Amino acid sequence: MAETVIHTENLTRKFGNFTAVDAISFEVSKGEIFGFLGANGAGKTTAMRILCGLLAPTSGVAKVAGYDVYTETENIKKHIGYMSQKFSLYNNLTVRENIHFFGGIYGIPKRELKEKSEELISRLGLTQEADKLVGSLPLGWKQKISFSTAILHEPKIVFLDEPTGGVDPITRRQFWDMIYEAAHRGITVFVTTHYMDEAEYCDRVSIMVDGAIAALDTPEELRNQFEAKDMDEVFLRLARGAKRGE
Amino acid sequence: MKLFLAFVKKEFQHLLRDRRSMMILIGLPVMMMLLFGFALSSEVKNSSIGILDNAKDESSRMLIDRLDHSQYFSVVKFLDREQEIDQTFRRGEVRIVVIFPPNFDHDLRHSNSAQIRFVGDASDPNTSNIVINYASAVVRDFQNELFGTMKMPYQITTETRMLYNPQLKSSYNFVPGVMTLILMLLGAMMTSVSIVKEKEMGTMEILLVSPMKPLLVVLSKAVPYLALCFVDVILILLMAVFILDMPIAGSLPLLLAESLLFILTTLALGLLISANVESQQVAMFISLVGFLMPALVFSGFMFPIENMPKPMQIISNIVPTKWYYSIVRAIMVKGLGFSYVAKQTGILVVMTVIFFVAAIKKFKVRLE
Repeated sequence: MAETVIHTENLTRKFGNFTAVDAISFEVSKGEIFGFLGANGAGKTTAMRILCGLLAPTSGVAKVAGYDVYTETENIKKHIGYMSQKFSLYNNLTVRENIHFFGGIYGIPKRELKEKSEELISRLGLTQEADKLVGSLPLGWKQKISFSTAILHEPKIVFLDEPTGGVDPITRRQFWDMIYEAAHRGITVFVTTHYMDEAEYCDRVSIMVDGAIAALDTPEELRNQFEAKDMDEVFLRLARGAKRGE
Repeated sequence: MKLFLAFVKKEFQHLLRDRRSMMILIGLPVMMMLLFGFALSSEVKNSSIGILDNAKDESSRMLIDRLDHSQYFSVVKFLDREQEIDQTFRRGEVRIVVIFPPNFDHDLRHSNSAQIRFVGDASDPNTSNIVINYASAVVRDFQNELFGTMKMPYQITTETRMLYNPQLKSSYNFVPGVMTLILMLLGAMMTSVSIVKEKEMGTMEILLVSPMKPLLVVLSKAVPYLALCFVDVILILLMAVFILDMPIAGSLPLLLAESLLFILTTLALGLLISANVESQQVAMFISLVGFLMPALVFSGFMFPIENMPKPMQIISNIVPTKWYYSIVRAIMVKGLGFSYVAKQTGILVVMTVIFFVAAIKKFKVRLE
């Protein structure tokens, strides 16, 4: 059994009377690609914010990278990477400046940062564009740069919040190649998505309905369990039972 | 600390690359100084006057000549009849009309008492008041010269001395005013907008999940504005001294230190705004309507606070611009030392601390 990097037990978060996250328990191991699915309003974002150390849970246990989400959020933040559905680079900085900046705030030493960013730029094939403003690049490229900077400091876990929103299928495929590569290097990937074909790419998938985890298994097992031909059908069956609206 | 510097560097890169912001930061003070300095001057220069000379004698001619040759007036119209006065004003051709009675010269020389009538256009009460005062002064001068040749038995002469600003230059009033407004506007608005922009763009989230302390994130955003506002202060002072010939009577280091304090006040306000709103438009709206308007009205720059009703006077005390404006005037125009502005300084310090604490509290609540 591989090392566990995320561990939750009856993790709950209430906002007043509203229980956004209702006693969820799961474990994610090192190097795993963990799909975190759910309709809008199912509690995905809240759960993710707790795991990133942005929000304190109401009750339950959660450990991320071995650190407690109640007391050790500073340490959690050092060991995770994060990329959000909204675009998360600065449009009026150049590619190189963006990489330097985000690497810098994670405390990568200067010389190492320089080497790493040059290496990254050439790996992404952006040598020509390195000094162009990010705002002038196509969305797909931005997403790739954004992902690369999120894992530049070699975090234990990277959280991806709908990373491929609005990107064309080819770029999405390339993006997933990058995710596989990162997972191969031992970085755990925690990803939310609305694209069910992407759910198929994950090692394991959890589906949240009304704040609770309604199903959690490999895509294959889920399809068998629900006698569905693809993840889309699995998702629809589960989500249809939801009581919360948008 | 290294992280903080990396952040500040990034903010500078941002700001210096954003042409629109730079235009506002540098262009606005220059424009306001030039506008107030040359276009919106409340000094009287070459005001148009009309003359209705019923006397047409030596004295009236001399006086008209005097008026016309002073730098304050130029005679643009001679009227023939009383009825024309109204028309002339309606067309906006003149600021005032000077009316000489028939026998002006005769009255003056023989009964020692002659009357001139000034008719002013009070649809703009301030200006017409000033113009009429100037005109009266010209007449007084003329009169004094006459008295020189003809001794009066009794005479009281008043001698007026305008302290601190003997030439009644309006720049003495507006330079401190412009400084106050610019800092208020730029400090509060630009800072709050720049922080809220990160929220809107989604980059704020990335910063919050990074190991950077949230408070540091926010403070580092304020640093470039602190620097640029300070540049603005220096820019305004340079323009005041070299273009508008307004000397700085008091200590320059003291003035700069007080300005730095006020910049901190406005930045704290900007932080407070940005902690409370989610969109750039709202941030701009609040800083313009909610802060700039009161800043303008209650600073004492445009409207004297003493003339306001009591409740308004009390409200004016919580407006930071009032205190800074009075500090700048005290140092720059009157040349007073620190002991004279200690009270205002203390008030600004307290306000700044309150704003900062409130902003930080609010940020913390948000992040929980």
